[in-house]
Amino acid sequence: MSKRVYITGIGIICAIGNNVAETFDSLLACRTGIGEITLLKSIHKGIIPLAEVKKSTRELLELTGNPESNSFTRTTLLGMHAAKEAVDSAGISEINQYQTGLISATTVGGMDRSEKFYADFLENPGKGRLRDVVNHDCGDSTERIAGYLGISGFVTTISTACSSSVNAIMLGANLIKTGQLDRVIAGGTDSVTAFTLNGFNTLMILDKSGCHPFDENRAGLTLGEGAAFLVLESEEIVQKENKFIIAEVSGYGNANDAFHQTASSPDGTGAFLAMSKALKMSCLAHDQVDYINVHGTGTINNDLSEGAALERIFGEQVPPFSSTKGFTGHTLGAAGAVEAVISILAINHQMIFPNLNFTTPMKELHIRPVSIGETEDALSRRGKISHVMSNSFGFGGNNSSIILSSHTPEKEQSNP
Amino acid sequence: MIRVFINGLGNVSPQETALSGGGVSPSPAFMDTPRCYETNRMKCIDPDYKAFIPAEQIRRMSRIIKMGIAAARLCMNDAAAGHDPALQNPANPDAIITGTGLGCLEDTEKFLTSMIKNREEFLTPTSFIQSTHNTVAGQIALLLKCHNYNFTYVHRGISFESALIDAMTQMQSGEITSALAGGTDELTSGSFEIMSRLGYWKKKPISTLGLLDDHQRGTIAGEGASFFYLENEQRDSSYAELKGVTTFRKPALNLEISIRLHKFLARHDLVAGNIDLVLAGLNGDPRSDRLYRDFLGSDFPNTPVACFKHLCGDYSTATAFAMWLASMMLKSQTVPEVIRLNQPPDHLRYILIYNHFRNNNHAFILLSQI
Repeated sequence: MSKRVYITGIGIICAIGNNVAETFDSLLACRTGIGEITLLKSIHKGIIPLAEVKKSTRELLELTGNPESNSFTRTTLLGMHAAKEAVDSAGISEINQYQTGLISATTVGGMDRSEKFYADFLENPGKGRLRDVVNHDCGDSTERIAGYLGISGFVTTISTACSSSVNAIMLGANLIKTGQLDRVIAGGTDSVTAFTLNGFNTLMILDKSGCHPFDENRAGLTLGEGAAFLVLESEEIVQKENKFIIAEVSGYGNANDAFHQTASSPDGTGAFLAMSKALKMSCLAHDQVDYINVHGTGTINNDLSEGAALERIFGEQVPPFSSTKGFTGHTLGAAGAVEAVISILAINHQMIFPNLNFTTPMKELHIRPVSIGETEDALSRRGKISHVMSNSFGFGGNNSSIILSSHTPEKEQSNP
Repeated sequence: MIRVFINGLGNVSPQETALSGGGVSPSPAFMDTPRCYETNRMKCIDPDYKAFIPAEQIRRMSRIIKMGIAAARLCMNDAAAGHDPALQNPANPDAIITGTGLGCLEDTEKFLTSMIKNREEFLTPTSFIQSTHNTVAGQIALLLKCHNYNFTYVHRGISFESALIDAMTQMQSGEITSALAGGTDELTSGSFEIMSRLGYWKKKPISTLGLLDDHQRGTIAGEGASFFYLENEQRDSSYAELKGVTTFRKPALNLEISIRLHKFLARHDLVAGNIDLVLAGLNGDPRSDRLYRDFLGSDFPNTPVACFKHLCGDYSTATAFAMWLASMMLKSQTVPEVIRLNQPPDHLRYILIYNHFRNNNHAFILLSQI
């Protein structure tokens, strides 16, 4: 494969910011988005924390310029907002000027409204407002976002649990490399719903004190919500339009753990394979990875499995790494894109963001994440942040890893 | 240009497609005894799942998972039969890629119901765990111990097409040489009820084989799981070549569909006149069929046309059933009588599948004879 895939726009909305600038400010200030439930209606309010986007669905309608009477789901509105920011930041005025696709990812789709519908429907199958359920399916949010952006060509949706939106970026890059599309808006969106909160709660993997990724005393994840999108463009567009390149997609890989529907294998087989594939495609040597934004959910199982895979692949030279889920919570289908944006911010601002809530290293591992107060030191050890790896792993053994790189015309590369 | 061949089939549907093995060398009579139901809701004929899934796991699985695994396994067995056992056995495809419009509805409804009824208390995780859209693809990987690429597309009427596009794209770029690709959707009482209220289905039961003669609004609900073993190598047992797939959104004018068609065919150096048979997603709903009839009338006035939704019902991934049908036809060089809408061609070289989902998403799939 010869073609390169460039990132020319980014957009995000999550618990720590309603756009890229606000998100960056919060990262800089070590300000977490995790807190007591304020918007979601649930009996777990006050007991289980969440990382909610601090805007009501009505406010999101306003923010996206949609009429209040609209029945769009929260997932759709979050996605519209982030995708629009990405498109605007890429300086795109005529979206269909080039072959443009939209690839979005979501796990819950329109569940936030379906829950309301279903409560009435269960009492009487003739009841429940249809406008609350008609937008239920995952494809609906993508169709709405496509309509909002005016995209008429290729549109699709991916749902592979918590790796969904990295996978959207992967498909987008593949379609550009094979010349089928010139430009892809790729990312994901998920809102917090009672369905997911209760689902993860039955698995007993929600930390009541907020997640502590890679900490010996971690007790689970914290759910978050949000959306993030990247604008991917071909070399041709970038050259023709003399576009500003934010970063480059240099490698990616997806692999299956094939171990258990929800649990990760103790040796992190799937994670190891995904990272290996990404490294191979990027043609980078292991020591060229400057920072890893790990999946790091904070569950006993994930961090152990991912840690084992990191040690297996990088040996004694594991690059500085951190989980930023202590800021954003675990945004499920949006997580891969949210963390891709954060990884790009790390490259653009030459920073490593800390792993919040870390105090005690895990017994089973020799490695520890970069915590608050250690970021400058980690950065100076690397000198420069040129290549960042970001991991996202999900149910169904779905493991993905992506490598994002700073754009330098004479890209430093070792031989494959 | 890398070529993509269909080298194995597996199909669980309201027809006897899985009972006879799903794929495995079609006899020219493969659709001679179609099942006809008096209903507006078609249900898959369950194969003996014990033949495909360890008995202790079957109990916990919802129908879509069982149907999906059975179809995938039938497909793998069919593909294996076409491989020289001394050479590479297709035990592990380089990719498992599925499409599903609505995913694991039974488990989703089960968890949602108990969450609402029990007011968020006393819940158990099994149905939540299995409600994830990629459960079928994940379970297939688990059973095959397949660590390779594993994706699931969830975009309404083009979920299956998206899976095919992904597989073909990666074959073009040389990332993979084989893929197990399929479409799965299940119908539940809850979803049937809700979609009835949305006006999707005919109000009164009909004789399903007479779907296109019924003039009530709506169509008949269906479900199914169909898998394909795709490889970039041709084998003696190959069914057909998958030439191309394209999808597009909401055309403003019918003319746009024609333009998309011509562009799509031109990529394969073809024109509409080269197509020997169009397999169209006509579903008996006058609102939706008008679009097909207009398009067929203007772009394929003299081309033989066939339909398939009277055999499997309408559902998001019904085109996977259509691709099974087309693969069987290309290999056996037979157009079953039950699907003909006019005089069939003497020879089948190219079949075009055309489907649209409520005029929102349109798709073309082009297959050719080996």
